[in-house]
Amino acid sequence: MPKNLLLPYCFAALALAPAAAVAAENDAEAQIRALDARIRALEADGEKLRQQAAAALAAADAARAELEKMKETLAGAEQKQAEAAQQAQLAAVAAPAEASASAGGANGNAFNPAIAVILNGLYGHHSQFPVDARRAGFPVVDGFGTGPQGFSLGESEISFAANIDDKFYGQFTVSYDDDNGKISTNIEEAYIDTLTLPEGFNVRAGRFYSNIGYLNSHHTHTDNFVDRPLAYQAFLGDQYGDDGVQLRWVAPLDLFLELGGEIFRGENFPTAGAEHSGSGAHTLFAHAGGDVGTDSSWLAGVSMLKARTNGADDGFSGDETLYLADATWKWAPNGNTKDGGVTVRSEFFFDRRRGELVASSVADDAALDAVDLTDPALAEPWVGERRGAYLEAVYRLSRTWDLGYRYDKLWAGAGDPYGSGFDPMRHSVELTWRNSEFSFFRLQLSRDEVARGLIDNVLFLQYDVALGAHGAHKF
Amino acid sequence: MKKYIFILAALLVCVAPRAQAFAAFACEPEWGSLLHELAGDAISIDVGTSALQDVHVIEAKPSLIAKVRRADLVVCTGADLEVGWLPQLIRQAGNPKVSSGPGYFLASDQITTLEKPSKLDRSEGDIHPQGNPHFQLDPYRMLVIAKALAARLGELDPAHAAQYQQRLADFTTRWQAAIKTWEAKAAPLKGRKVVVHHLSWVYLEQWLGLEQIGALEPKPGVPPTSAHLASLVDLTKNSHTLAILRAAYQDPKPGDWLSEQTGVPAVTLPFTVGGDERSKDLFGLFDSTIDKLLAVAK
Repeated sequence: MPKNLLLPYCFAALALAPAAAVAAENDAEAQIRALDARIRALEADGEKLRQQAAAALAAADAARAELEKMKETLAGAEQKQAEAAQQAQLAAVAAPAEASASAGGANGNAFNPAIAVILNGLYGHHSQFPVDARRAGFPVVDGFGTGPQGFSLGESEISFAANIDDKFYGQFTVSYDDDNGKISTNIEEAYIDTLTLPEGFNVRAGRFYSNIGYLNSHHTHTDNFVDRPLAYQAFLGDQYGDDGVQLRWVAPLDLFLELGGEIFRGENFPTAGAEHSGSGAHTLFAHAGGDVGTDSSWLAGVSMLKARTNGADDGFSGDETLYLADATWKWAPNGNTKDGGVTVRSEFFFDRRRGELVASSVADDAALDAVDLTDPALAEPWVGERRGAYLEAVYRLSRTWDLGYRYDKLWAGAGDPYGSGFDPMRHSVELTWRNSEFSFFRLQLSRDEVARGLIDNVLFLQYDVALGAHGAHKF
Repeated sequence: MKKYIFILAALLVCVAPRAQAFAAFACEPEWGSLLHELAGDAISIDVGTSALQDVHVIEAKPSLIAKVRRADLVVCTGADLEVGWLPQLIRQAGNPKVSSGPGYFLASDQITTLEKPSKLDRSEGDIHPQGNPHFQLDPYRMLVIAKALAARLGELDPAHAAQYQQRLADFTTRWQAAIKTWEAKAAPLKGRKVVVHHLSWVYLEQWLGLEQIGALEPKPGVPPTSAHLASLVDLTKNSHTLAILRAAYQDPKPGDWLSEQTGVPAVTLPFTVGGDERSKDLFGLFDSTIDKLLAVAK
């Protein structure tokens, strides 16, 4: 459009403007009012919505809180349930407070002592039998021989043991021994022990095996060989037990150390005659022991027996002093000695005699026949020293098998009664099969040089079983 | 004679000042560990055996006599587990504090046992008239024993009774929490079958729901024989068996042989504290036992 054409429109507009302006003013006012109303309405709506939303949110929060609360209670219930289950478990496994009231009751046997029976049988075969079993320098005494020929019942014993009351323990062991057809019942041990002496003291009274040496206090059925070492047979008649009292003290040390002494009646070999008004034998002993690492344990001791003897089994009367030294070493992986390992043991005996040989009391029948018992001139002096020793090693292959070797030797002066220049000795090997802790079978072969030129090759087969109470054995 | 009296007197003088803290002797490592939980370092604890020893057949060693001699309290399993040696230790030690009464604590007196034989006959093997004594792997029984032991410690050593009770409360909290964890973890073991060397695991089996289908020992305490092992091959192979279980001290050969024949893994479990690297205490013992079982369950 050309510029000049715009002008008339402008003028016209200017001319009309006041009237138009008035009209427009009225319109706008209405519009503003309407708008204002709408805004207010909208604002009201918004507020309402906001309020609603907040309410919804609050409701949601409340719901969540309730949910949490519910969850917590639920977990608590579970926890309580778990705890209750644990408590129930605990109650179920706890020993009832009233410990089986029915156990005692009227049953008079409830306090019966523990009863253990040992049965023992033997088959022996000697290449020389009968032999003059007198070993050079060592007359025959009960328990000192080469062993029986053929089948025989070994020493079978029955023992009863129990706590007597709060202060004493008692044990009673009777053995049945078949001595060439003569069945003898023998009270091996019958003693009481104190239980409540303070500071490691123990007193034993009655008849019991002396605590000298190692093997002496052990019953033969726990030995590693069929028979006792020659030294035990020669010096102690297998095992020295008598009537008397023992005082023992165990030191409160990391090391095991026990010291003690005994006074015995002095009736059984090597003593006899119950001298000193029936307290003829005294002993002293000391044993020490401990562990070396986890695999090894040891026990060693020295002991002494001093006795006044009148007419012992071997004809001796006078003062007898016997010194013993013993040592035991056990090695087994982790100390499981029943499953493998090696036990080495040795004991040494030294005996000094100051007295005389009175032939009239000799138990050795052959020697007895040769002398006139009424002739007092037969008493000859017996002053001298004798020695004996053994060394044994037992290899435990497994819980069932063990294999052992023992070397025995005795020494006596050539000038001693019964003496000669020869020192008796013996080699033995054994093989043991154990079916359980309660039974074993043993094969033993020995080469026994009894005297010069007299060699007895021996085969033994032995069974040894324990019935009844489970024994707890010494180391 | 005088010489000996002098030596005795000298020894008495040497040892008299050795009055020391409360001393406890534990027959087995688990009780040593429990004593430690309840008493900490406040008492001295001697443990008589290790996890690598068969506690049925321990010898009454001189070192053990010396330990019992000095103890104020002896803590043992009981149920005739130690019948071959504990009576000998007590009788030789000459210690009236532990020969009877409160100083003689048997765990078996505090709980009920499983497998009480209805018939007592040694032809059934080494059976225990008072039930199976291997209950240390039941955490519930352990807790019952812990409570009784803490009470006993307090009775013997009243000066520290509150301390023992406080440690017991702490142990109980930790132990109960641990039981929950172990039970949750061991859930996959439920119903799984096991062959065992000796009947050492009945309490563990009952707790975790394991099922014992055979034992390598033909009778309890009787060493495995080849004939008996051979008779287990088919059963083990065909039962979807989880594992052949044995304790750390047991001979691995019979279990390994059966494992080779059947493809079922043989697992050596610690059995007691010290039985493996992780079993440094009771918690470690259970952790390790369950983890070793889970490892073969996958």
